[in-house]
Amino acid sequence: MEQIHKKLAAGVELAMTRTEQFKTGLLSVTLAAPLRADTATAYALAPDVLYRGSRNYPDIQRLSAAADQLYGAALGPTVRQRGESQCVGFLCSLMDDRYALDGMALLEPAARLVSEVLLDPATSGGIFREDYVRGEGENLADEIEARINDKRSWSIFRLTQEMCAGEAYALDKLGSAAQARELDARTLWSAYQQLCRQARVIFYYGGSARPERVEEMVRSCFQPLLEGRDMVLSCQVVDEPAHPVRYVTDRLDVTQGKLAMGFRTGGIVLGHELYPALLVCNALFGGTAHSKLFEHVREQLSLCYFVSSMLDTLKGLMAVSSGVEFADFGRAEEAILEQLEEIRRGQFTREELHAAVQAVVNSLTSRKDSQGQMEDDCVTQLIARGTVTDWRQTVSGVERVTARDIIQVARMLELDTVYRLTGKDGQ
Amino acid sequence: MMQSLDYATLRETVYTQKLSNGLQVMVVRRPEYSKQFAFFAARYGGMDLRFREEDGGGWVETPAGIAHFLEHKMFDTEDGAALKTWASNGAVDNAFTAADITGYYFEGTRGFEDNLRALLNLVSVPYFTRENVAKEQGIIAQEIRMCQDDPEDTAYYQLLESLYAHHPIRTRIVGSEESIGALTPELLHQCHRAFYRPGNMVLCAAGNVDPERVAQLAEEILPTGFSSPATVDLGQPEPPGAVRNYAGRKMAVAMPVFDLGFKGTAAPAGACLRQELVAGLACDVLCGPSSAWYNRMYESGVINGSFDCFYDAAPGCAHIAAGGESREPERVREELLAEARRLVREGVDPALWERLKRAAYGSMVRRLNSLESTCIDLAQCYFDGDDYLRFPQLFQSIEPEDVVQLMGAWITPERSALSVIEPADKENG
Repeated sequence: MEQIHKKLAAGVELAMTRTEQFKTGLLSVTLAAPLRADTATAYALAPDVLYRGSRNYPDIQRLSAAADQLYGAALGPTVRQRGESQCVGFLCSLMDDRYALDGMALLEPAARLVSEVLLDPATSGGIFREDYVRGEGENLADEIEARINDKRSWSIFRLTQEMCAGEAYALDKLGSAAQARELDARTLWSAYQQLCRQARVIFYYGGSARPERVEEMVRSCFQPLLEGRDMVLSCQVVDEPAHPVRYVTDRLDVTQGKLAMGFRTGGIVLGHELYPALLVCNALFGGTAHSKLFEHVREQLSLCYFVSSMLDTLKGLMAVSSGVEFADFGRAEEAILEQLEEIRRGQFTREELHAAVQAVVNSLTSRKDSQGQMEDDCVTQLIARGTVTDWRQTVSGVERVTARDIIQVARMLELDTVYRLTGKDGQ
Repeated sequence: MMQSLDYATLRETVYTQKLSNGLQVMVVRRPEYSKQFAFFAARYGGMDLRFREEDGGGWVETPAGIAHFLEHKMFDTEDGAALKTWASNGAVDNAFTAADITGYYFEGTRGFEDNLRALLNLVSVPYFTRENVAKEQGIIAQEIRMCQDDPEDTAYYQLLESLYAHHPIRTRIVGSEESIGALTPELLHQCHRAFYRPGNMVLCAAGNVDPERVAQLAEEILPTGFSSPATVDLGQPEPPGAVRNYAGRKMAVAMPVFDLGFKGTAAPAGACLRQELVAGLACDVLCGPSSAWYNRMYESGVINGSFDCFYDAAPGCAHIAAGGESREPERVREELLAEARRLVREGVDPALWERLKRAAYGSMVRRLNSLESTCIDLAQCYFDGDDYLRFPQLFQSIEPEDVVQLMGAWITPERSALSVIEPADKENG
C-alpha cells in the first residue's frame, strides 16, 4: 500500500492510496469551508441540488442510468463536519477495471461523471433550476427535522448544541430547516460559485490505478477547481469546562431515557503529544465492549442497555452516550463518573490497559481494510493538520502509552454538560 | 479433506470442508487484509419457536425472543476466558440474531487462532444459571423498550403483522417483556442442544488466515456425536394475500414513516439466491433510482431520498418492502401498483434492463470488499442451499420475463399491506 499526497495548487490537494486489495476504487472530491450560520444551509444544499442532474444527464433517472452503465458506480453527495469546518462534495465508489465483464476502463468515465455533476449542473437561465432547489430545500429541511427520530444520535446532537452554544461547532452541518425552505435558485447559485472559488479542495483516490493516471484524470476532469485559493480552516478548542456543570433536560414521548454527558479534553486534540494516550484512555473508559463503562455500568450494575464513550479529536470533546430507565438517571450518571474517577486514581489493571492499547491498535490497523475509512481519515487529517500522518506512526505512539499517561489524560477530562432525554410524564 | 473452489470472474477461491462432527467450514483467503474475520452461525433464529428434537420428545413451544436471549446469554461464560482473549488481542466481537440465523463473530488483527478458539468455545459451551438469566431479563427488557421507541423497527413489524397470518416472521425477534420473563435456564439449554450442534452450523472465516488451521481447530474444539438437527414447525402455509391492507399508529416522528409490503412466495432450497436476485432486479426496474417511476415520484415530492425498496425472505416467507418517509404513503401504494401493471403489460425496456443488471452485479462485487459481508452472505447462502459466489452466472441466466412474472404475481392490491407511523401531536416535544 502506497500513500501519496500532492499539492496541485495553493489550497488544492490530491491524496492517493494505491492498493490492489479491493474490488473497487474510491474517488472523492471535498470542498471545505468554515462552518457558519449564514452559509451552512446553502453549502449543505448545493450537493443535493447538483445530484438532481447535470447538463448532459438532467434528471435523476438519466444520471442514475449513467452510473448504472458504469457497473453501478455508487455516486453520492457528502456533507461532513470536521471540527468547525463544513466539508461538502461527492464520493464515488466504482468497480475496479479487473472485474468489468467487458474489459471496460471505469475510472475515467466515472471521474467525468463526478466532474459533470459537480461542475456542469443542469441550469435554467444560467442558474440552478428553481424546481430542483425548492425540492431539495424541502428534503433537506425534512432531513434536519427528522434527526429527532433516532433518539440516541439526537441526544448526542442536543448535548453538543447545549455544550458548545456560541461556538461554530454547535451549528448543524446541514444548516437550518427554515433557511433550507427559503433558499432560492439565485442565492444558492451565488453561494455555490463562492464555495467553488474559495473552498479548500481535496481530491482523494484509493484503488489499483497508477498515481500518474489518477493525477492526469484529476487535471483533465476538474480543471476549474485547480486554481489556487487562500482558505484558512480553524477550530476553536475550548480547554476550560463550564462551571458549574450545565444540566439540560428535554421531554419527548419515549419509553426509554437517554443520558448524554459531554467532557472537554483539556486541549488534547489530533497531533497533541497526548493524543495517543487520549485514544487509549477513551478505549479504557468507554470506547469498547471491554471498557469500564460497559463492564461495570452495563454488565455489573445493569444501569444502561448501552453505554459508550466517543471522541471528537479535532474539537477536543468526549461524549458518553447511554440508554437508561427514567428512574436511573442519577445513579447512572454517578456510576459513569465513578469509573472516570477510578481511572484518575490509577485504579485499572495492567490487563485493562493492555486491552485498551490493543483495541486502539486493532481499530487503527483495521481501518486499512476499508476504503471508506481510509478516505475519511485522509480527508480529516488534511483538514485538521494539512498533512497525512502515517498510521503506523500513530500505532507505535499508542503502543508506547503508559498508565501514567492515561492518568494524566483522565485528570484533564472535565465534565461540562449533562443532557437527559426523558418521557413526557417522567420526573 | 479440504476442497478449494475457484470463482474466476470474482478472482476468489473458497476453501471448504464438511467436518466429521457435521460442521461446514468455509474460508476465503485475503492475504492482503490486515484483519481476520470469523463468523460462526447456527441455523436458528427468532422465528424458530416450535420444534421437535429427533432424539425423542414431542413438540416444544418456546417463548418469543428466546433465540436472541440465548445469543446474549452465550457471552456469559463460567470463566470469562473468551472475552479476556479477545480483549487482550484487541479483537472486536459481536453477535446478532435474525429471523432464521444466529451469528457470532470477531474481527482482529492479531492472535487469530486464539481468537478463533475463544469463539468456538464460547458458542459451544453453555453456562446458564437462575441468577444470570434473571439479570439478562432486565437488560433485554431495556433493549425491547428501545426497539419500541424506534419508528422504523416498529413500522416494519407492523408491516409483517399485516402481511402474514401466522408465519412466525411476524414475531419480534427480541420478544416482549412478558415472553422473555417466562425463560428459564432449562429452556435455554434445550434450545442450545437442539440447534447449536455442529451439523446445524457453519463456520466462515476470511482474511489473512490459514484454511487448514481453521478446520483443524473446529474439529478439535467442537463436540461430536450429535444426531440430526431439530425439526422446526413454521405453521400452516400462508394464504397468498395480506392479512390486512393497512395498519397505522402514532409515534414521536417528524414526518410519516411507512413500509409498503407485497407478499410473495418462498423459494425452495437451492433457489433462494436466484429469487433474491430476480426480486432485487424487480425492485430496481419498478422503483429504483433509474426508473421512470422514481424520478416522477421524487420530482413531485411524494418520496424523498430515504425511499428504498428491497426483498426480504426467510424459510416459508418472502416479500418485497418499499419504505421511507412520505406525506402521502397511500399514494405511493397506488402509484406502485399502477407502475407494476404497466410493466407487466408493456415489458421492461431492454436498455434499462442491461444497465440494471450491470449495476446489480457491480454492487454485489462491491460487497465483497467487506470480510464481514462476505462471510455472512456465504453462511446465509449455505443454509439456503445456494452457492453465493455463483452470482455472476445466475445474473446471466435471468431474463426480463422472470422479473415481469414475479411482479405480475406479487405486486397486486390483495398482496399489499401499508404500515404507517404518523407523527404524534406535538405538545412539549
